Amino acid sequence: MMHLLAVLIGGFFGAVCRYGVGIGFPAQHGFPIGTFIINLFGCLFLGWFLTFIGQKKTIRPEVTSLIGTGFTGSFTTFSTFSVETIHLFQEGLFFLALLYVFASTILGLLFAYIGRKLALSHQQTGELL
Amino acid sequence: MIWLIGLGGSLGAATRFLLGRFITNKTQRVYPFPIGTWLINCTGSFLLGVLTSLHQTYQISDLVFAFFGVGFCGAYTTFSTFGHETITLIQANHIKLAVIYVITSVIIGTLSAWAGLVILN
Repeated sequence: MMHLLAVLIGGFFGAVCRYGVGIGFPAQHGFPIGTFIINLFGCLFLGWFLTFIGQKKTIRPEVTSLIGTGFTGSFTTFSTFSVETIHLFQEGLFFLALLYVFASTILGLLFAYIGRKLALSHQQTGELL
Repeated sequence: MIWLIGLGGSLGAATRFLLGRFITNKTQRVYPFPIGTWLINCTGSFLLGVLTSLHQTYQISDLVFAFFGVGFCGAYTTFSTFGHETITLIQANHIKLAVIYVITSVIIGTLSAWAGLVILN
């Protein structure tokens, strides 16, 4: 029950922040830069956060539900990514559509990996950040 | 507007949490493929396609789209968990599963969005 409450609260702020960043970064020449930045940053953060929290057994598990599942899960989005890709195809912008798909996927995975590595390297040096 | 997006986001994240946990409990003990997130991202893409098409043809208002589209669908689906799960699969040496996960998520996810956009036309 506490987990569900944490997800509800995190989900609220994640969606609001996604909306805010989306307004701050409107599409550039048809490229959905807002969702692109949101998803890459979310991948980097979640990769770092889940690895970091996995090592800290003293942190309450509700924190993972609040910040990981709730906030970051809600902040990043797959559905908008899919719909934006189809819109680019429908507008005949095939190159941009493929660029958007490949850049989001490859860089997203790379950022998730970098986030994980950052958390592991901090563990070795004993630093928090 | 902000409140509708936030509340839709709360419900979307909670649905993802409950559905994901239910599916994971049923499947992941026997098979490491993240079927929960996979299903969530594909169904959410389809739903956002339907909502976007309704919004573009003025059949639902901006406020309804803010709640269900931006809020609910945006929060229900997730890109960060998709990234993290793929890296976890690679780290566990399930390279083939990771490749299948990424390729099918992207192709079926975008095809679902397309199906949602055109299904009511």
